[in-house]
Amino acid sequence: MSLLGAAKALADQPWSIALHESLYGYPIVESIHVWALCLFVGLTIVLDLRLTGLTFRTVPVSEVVRRILPWQILGFIVMVISGVLLFYAIPIRSYQNIFFRVKLVLLVVAGLNVWVFNSGVYRRIQSWDRDPIPPPRARFAGFASLTLWVLIIFCGRMIAYNWFDCDKQPQPPIVNTLAGCELEPQAP
Amino acid sequence: MTAIADILWHFAQWSEATSLGRMIRNSEYAFPMIEFVHLAALAAIGGAVLIVDMRLLGLGLKKTSVAQLARDAQPYVTGSLIVMLATGFALYTSEATKCYASVAFWIKMVSLLFAMVYTYTIKKRVAAADHANKLVAVVSIALWFGVAWGGRWIGFGG
Repeated sequence: MSLLGAAKALADQPWSIALHESLYGYPIVESIHVWALCLFVGLTIVLDLRLTGLTFRTVPVSEVVRRILPWQILGFIVMVISGVLLFYAIPIRSYQNIFFRVKLVLLVVAGLNVWVFNSGVYRRIQSWDRDPIPPPRARFAGFASLTLWVLIIFCGRMIAYNWFDCDKQPQPPIVNTLAGCELEPQAP
Repeated sequence: MTAIADILWHFAQWSEATSLGRMIRNSEYAFPMIEFVHLAALAAIGGAVLIVDMRLLGLGLKKTSVAQLARDAQPYVTGSLIVMLATGFALYTSEATKCYASVAFWIKMVSLLFAMVYTYTIKKRVAAADHANKLVAVVSIALWFGVAWGGRWIGFGG
């Protein structure tokens, strides 16, 4: 059993086919995904802007974190559920899509950035909570998050385009490797 | 009404014939790249609008005054709106006559017009006066929601 096999098995499920072929179901899920983007990434940007010291300088950082977090979590849950459904509707093509793969890696990196921030500079929040411009490590976390989420949005939007799809050959070997394409053996 | 429709139709045809429209149509990558910038600006404007609307609803940054929050968020609302309008117009020129026939596009344009006027008049004044008015926030969210929803459905050929 391979991951590609798992994707193929998913694609055979009636609900996957139904969502893929539905006239309104798929667009509605995609709309919800974009709408939740406003909530989740939008509020993440607000927090990042505070961390970088670019705006909301008079609001204590801990207050921004505490008050925004529940809404970020809500937005994140909606994003993950709608995102999983979008994958579920088109499993094989998504799995073999370079932008989808890069997006997953970037999501992990974004998670690591949060973890490093929380277990590091945020533990000493009392000493810089009211600083208009937070310490370098906090500012770095903010800039890193801004960059990562812009790249994640970029990859997410580009999944829709088929430039590097496996069924569009010939592709450079690096593309086929990164996308995990299974190529038919060439006739001699 | 027919006169307005006529003007809009001619404007669509003119937009599509501009060198910008032709350049975007003829390029494989221009449309997706502009679309990405449009989407990234959507996230930014979403956050900047929501943080104030949530405060008006009594949610989020409750310890900070509405006026202060609105003042801090304003440059990001205006900045991302400018990016959205510029990229949005570029996307429009590449398929203006298709947009003309799209119900979703007109829902978006009407919502956008109302949302912009509302944001820079009523909402701005209420926030500056430090009134945490819930109705003002609900109307704002509804208008911007219409803009985002209509926008996404243009792509589905609605």
